[in-house]
Amino acid sequence: MLAEKYPEEVKKIFAKYPPEQKRSAVMPLLYLAQRDEGFVTKAALEDIAQMLDITSTDVAEIVGFYTLYHDEKAGKYRMQVCTDLPCALRGADKFLEELCGNLGVKVGETTPDGMVTVEAVMCLAGCDKAPMFQIQSPDGIAYHENMTVDKTMELVAALRKSGKEV
Amino acid sequence: MAKMVSLTIDGQPITVPAGTLVVNAAKQIGIDIPVFCYHPKMEPVGMCRQCLVEVGRPMIDRATGQVVMEGDKPKISFGPKLETACTTPVSEGMLVLSQSDKAKASQKEILEFLLTSHPLDCPVCDKGGECPLQNLTMEHASPQSRFLFDEKHHAEKHVPLGDLIWLDRERCIQCARCIRFQDEIAGEPVLAFYQRGRNTDIITNSEPGFDSVFSGNTTDICPVGALTTADFRFGARPWEMKAAASICAQCPVGCNLTFNTRREAKSGGKVVIKRVMPRQNEAVNEIWMCDKGRFAYHFTENANRLAEPLVRKNGKLAAASWTESLLAVSKAFSAAKKNSVILTSGRLSNEDLFNLKQLADGLGGEALLYTHMGGGELTTSFGISYPQGIPAGTNFSGMGKETTILVVASDLYNEAPLWFLRLKQAAERGATLIIANARETKLECYSKFAIRYSYGDEAETVSGLTKKNKIGEAITGAENLVVLYGTDGLGLDGSAAVAAACAELVKGRLGKPKNGLIGVWPRANDQGAWELGFQPVDNLARLLKGKTVYVVAADPAGDDPKLEAVLKGAKFVVVQELFLTETAKLAEVVLPAQAYTEREGSFTSGERRVQRFYPALPPRGETRADFAIIAAIAKELGLELEGRSASLVMDKLAASVKTFAGITYRKLAETNEQWPIVGRHDLYYGGTTYENKQGLGVQLALNAPAPIPSISVEFHRPDEDHWLAVPVTRLYDRGITVSTSELLRAHIGEATVLLHPETAKKLGVAAGGQVNVNGFRAEVRLDATVPASVALLPRSMGFPINAPAVAELKKA
Amino acid sequence: MAHLLLRHRDIPDIGKMDVYKKNGGFEAFKKAVTRMKPQEVTEAVKASGLRGRGGAGFPTGVKWGFIPKDIWPHYVVANADESEPGTFKDREIMESNPFQFLEGVAIAAYATGANAAYIYLRGEFWPVAAILDEKIADMEKAGFLGDKLFGTDFSLRIYTHLGAGAYICGEETALLESIEGKRGLPRIRPPFPAIYGLYGKPTVVNNVETLTNVPLIIEKGSDWYKSLGTADSAGVKIFSLSGRVNQPGNYELPFGTTFRELIYNYGGGIIDGRPIKAIMAAGASSTMIVADDNALDTPMDYASVRTLGADLGSASVIVIDDTISLEWVISKTLHFFKHESCGKCTPCREGTYWLLHLIERIEHGEATKENVELLHTVAKQIQNKCLCPLGEFSTMAVTTAIERFPADFKPSRAGGKHG
Repeated sequence: MLAEKYPEEVKKIFAKYPPEQKRSAVMPLLYLAQRDEGFVTKAALEDIAQMLDITSTDVAEIVGFYTLYHDEKAGKYRMQVCTDLPCALRGADKFLEELCGNLGVKVGETTPDGMVTVEAVMCLAGCDKAPMFQIQSPDGIAYHENMTVDKTMELVAALRKSGKEV
Repeated sequence: MAKMVSLTIDGQPITVPAGTLVVNAAKQIGIDIPVFCYHPKMEPVGMCRQCLVEVGRPMIDRATGQVVMEGDKPKISFGPKLETACTTPVSEGMLVLSQSDKAKASQKEILEFLLTSHPLDCPVCDKGGECPLQNLTMEHASPQSRFLFDEKHHAEKHVPLGDLIWLDRERCIQCARCIRFQDEIAGEPVLAFYQRGRNTDIITNSEPGFDSVFSGNTTDICPVGALTTADFRFGARPWEMKAAASICAQCPVGCNLTFNTRREAKSGGKVVIKRVMPRQNEAVNEIWMCDKGRFAYHFTENANRLAEPLVRKNGKLAAASWTESLLAVSKAFSAAKKNSVILTSGRLSNEDLFNLKQLADGLGGEALLYTHMGGGELTTSFGISYPQGIPAGTNFSGMGKETTILVVASDLYNEAPLWFLRLKQAAERGATLIIANARETKLECYSKFAIRYSYGDEAETVSGLTKKNKIGEAITGAENLVVLYGTDGLGLDGSAAVAAACAELVKGRLGKPKNGLIGVWPRANDQGAWELGFQPVDNLARLLKGKTVYVVAADPAGDDPKLEAVLKGAKFVVVQELFLTETAKLAEVVLPAQAYTEREGSFTSGERRVQRFYPALPPRGETRADFAIIAAIAKELGLELEGRSASLVMDKLAASVKTFAGITYRKLAETNEQWPIVGRHDLYYGGTTYENKQGLGVQLALNAPAPIPSISVEFHRPDEDHWLAVPVTRLYDRGITVSTSELLRAHIGEATVLLHPETAKKLGVAAGGQVNVNGFRAEVRLDATVPASVALLPRSMGFPINAPAVAELKKA
Repeated sequence: MAHLLLRHRDIPDIGKMDVYKKNGGFEAFKKAVTRMKPQEVTEAVKASGLRGRGGAGFPTGVKWGFIPKDIWPHYVVANADESEPGTFKDREIMESNPFQFLEGVAIAAYATGANAAYIYLRGEFWPVAAILDEKIADMEKAGFLGDKLFGTDFSLRIYTHLGAGAYICGEETALLESIEGKRGLPRIRPPFPAIYGLYGKPTVVNNVETLTNVPLIIEKGSDWYKSLGTADSAGVKIFSLSGRVNQPGNYELPFGTTFRELIYNYGGGIIDGRPIKAIMAAGASSTMIVADDNALDTPMDYASVRTLGADLGSASVIVIDDTISLEWVISKTLHFFKHESCGKCTPCREGTYWLLHLIERIEHGEATKENVELLHTVAKQIQNKCLCPLGEFSTMAVTTAIERFPADFKPSRAGGKHG
């Protein structure tokens, strides 16, 4: 499946690692697999397992270990807000609380239109630009720093309108 | 000679080979360092931290590189941290303290950590009574926990991992033994951890779940009650059960096992087998078993067991006394004399078979082996052996770099799972594994050379292996050569021809340990049958016609309608069996035999090791031991055969069969120290496999070398409109042992025919579709390892196929 | 002094190949490959006194020297996992002065005989990896990566590899497991990566900032480098300053700069001019420093900070003022460690879970003497038993916060939480 859908990228991925160490490709392949639905489907697990000559259990354990791989569908845009110590010292907890209030969801929940899931995450290395968050979407990850609730709501509106990030 | 290292553990000096882990060095001098994640058969991981001990080493002066002395002894410096005994190899002059205040405090604290979220399940947990966590808690932990009950982490408690194993995620202490066993030993990584930290859980993603025939072993090595078998779950408490040593009767490996029995009200006051546990025999099965052996034992207790003799009166079989039935039998044999045929199989013990052979000889009749696999007489002359008995013996444990192991026409994973495991490990130790088959089998990925031939070319291929190339060099130039042959796609003649070709390869190596020919027999004691002089014949139907037939432990009528017809037309049929089989149904007299679980006896494994089994259950009804029944019949005919006890029969056997010379029941019961130590009070170390106190068995001597026959096989290659149908063996088939096991029945599945996807396309069928194979209906399964134009038909699944044949395949 | 690492602050476009080359870029790499033997490069780095900048402070040249000559191939792995809370220095280097970092990787590869180098970035640095991939392509085009570089036999390729959200993968052996396609669980040591590393082969794992120093050492010499900083901590350090200061950010300063200078001269002092209370010098893995005058005037170098009963670590300086209760701070760090514990070893897996529950209970009104003592005891019980530093470091802030700020753990605590 992935090899047919993204042949060039799959080739580039395998080219990075020694040919007898195919297993190393599992992480980049999982990111590719998440592109469609924002999570890794069972079929994708099987597909990747076959490409790498390992069992689908071997692939599943990678999905389970790392927080950026998801085994369930959520909002198209996962808004991952850092509430770790340095950001929290600069107002991150309050920011998250207000943001959730504005979006009408609790932490971990998805907005009714299925566009935004709000999550609280650990340090994102943006401690000097708190409050900040990253958006994980099928296309990848983008940082949004020195944010206010207002600026964030504008961003969400733009995402809802154009389906693209600003 | 390995370099030796001297150290002191808890004040006791010991010298061990370099590379020995501290935990194992301690074990050798009786010091039990507690462990959970460490298992002596697997690589250490240092995860649970239970084995943390104080480790001191001689201080080295940084500048001079010399040992700093304190008086006449080296100054010992201890590290700031404790070290795990399981990951630390010994070093010269090391000082280990496992009982110091620091070490004891650590052991107590790690247990406190493990118990924080461990559920208080002991009253309802199967492991209670043989639980390493319980035992170590009693030994080392604080009776109070400072953790709050309400804060315990909760997880799913009844997770089926497949249908044979249950997982309780709350009880799991994340030691990863099960995952590592599947990865390292079984080679089937179908278990893994999911998530991380306190949320770490065991998962399986295979379809079906926990897809491995070795899954049951994880319940032996799990140090808590997280993994339990569906077979034994909620069955009994370990201290309520008695243990009887026995041997698995499912295949020629001869795994040593223990039957745990209990007299219970639930079963009407009867003594029943509650479970099967492996018993340690490092030369045979180490401490493992396969799931078939672990779960397919219920047949001996099935309600349909024959309980009393039956004699045909007025066309119907009716209950009769032993006297009456023995009389009827002896009358028939008396009249028939050399027109009698004794047909039996490797289901019987050595003692039963010996008496049968004696009877056949006394009558002058035929002694036939009911089997689809030939060549056995060659395994008695060219088989593996070792003249001096225990503790030595040729077995796979000793094989490594200097041994070449050739496997011909055998899918070991399905035919003898523990040999799959043992050969895989031998290959990992450096043995040169060569697999020759018409299709890819599971063991192939561990082989150095894989030879692919077409069905029908087996013997020729084997003969051609001595050519001057890499493979030929590996075979002729190897210091040791062991050859195993099976019946993948072969019938009686075909396998006999393969055996002959294989015997040619080993014939120059007779009497040398780690050399010889091994037959991967269909039944547990086929080797014994061959050793005792039974032989199969080509045209069984012709030989049975019009004869007086004594069928013991075989069901030809149930297997083949042609044989059913012939037996219906026989002069007189006596059947000695456990169940009322199709053959029994057409007999004149049916004699009820004891199952091997109800008596003593011995089996000869495919590696020519004679092993004793002991009774686990009392006999039922009027049943008698096979050898005793045969002796009773013989007596009526004026022949003196031993029938009083199995050990006495063995004495007679050993006196008359050269290869068994010197074997006695006492000798068979001899044991010696095995490593690793299992089954003693330190269950946390090796698991709950039973210690072997009842006998390691004795390997047979070689028979006199015999001329290797040249066998021509009639092999018909199909034309364009026909296909080649070949028989293969499945582990879970419709045999009585599997079909009477509720748990395993689901694994039997439908009668299937395996086709290559291209073949299926040509026929116009898809997976799951139906085809007619020579009139028999079967479900299609696609398998890309099946050669083109070939249809694989598993044996014992409903259609009588015992040899490759040209077949008509049509979409049904 | 001009920036040596954060050079984009003086030369804004130094992330462009032509600008980097114009400013001496890749001269050090060329010098190493064409005029020095690999062993000489290692000796130069050893002599410079450069120590690992990821937190452990291990002498870099000594680490390179452990690579054996009889097992091949060798690998260099750059640790760009940067997940310690309060650390954001490597990110700035890779975003804005990527070539100096990549040149450092290249020189390290030459010195240790590696023909392939991997940069392991935390998964969240997705856009940073994209930048690096671009720059690597630029280097290939310019002849600084590929086969037979500078006309010699030396070939090198650099690859980026993204993690996917696991702090434990910043631990070097867990990092290697992650590249190998397995769960990021730390390995037992010995053997160390220098002998048994990536794919079981000798591997050097270095932090991004460490490698970014290497071209300078080769270009300007070990003696010059050693003259910067202090006797035991040579060179310059990027201090990531965060928390209750007016100007949080990365500050490249010589070792020996005091906390006071960093926080007040560069960091603009405490927000609203409030009194400073505590300093965490090594991110969440810190021991708590009581921010009295003695502490503030302590030079920031590995040896001096140790006199405060603390470690400089990765120099991720988080500043706490009097509006904050240490007990709230601990609840944050414990939440972090419980979330990031890989679960492999018992004390960390069970201990971080237990500690979190204890602090939550204390936070929600049960700050009894017994609970606080138990929190301290359990933290001590985890120490010296863990398989890797994560478990050990998870306890540092807890024990020292209780010991040095007892008032914050009473029901009538001093300071609250910040929103």
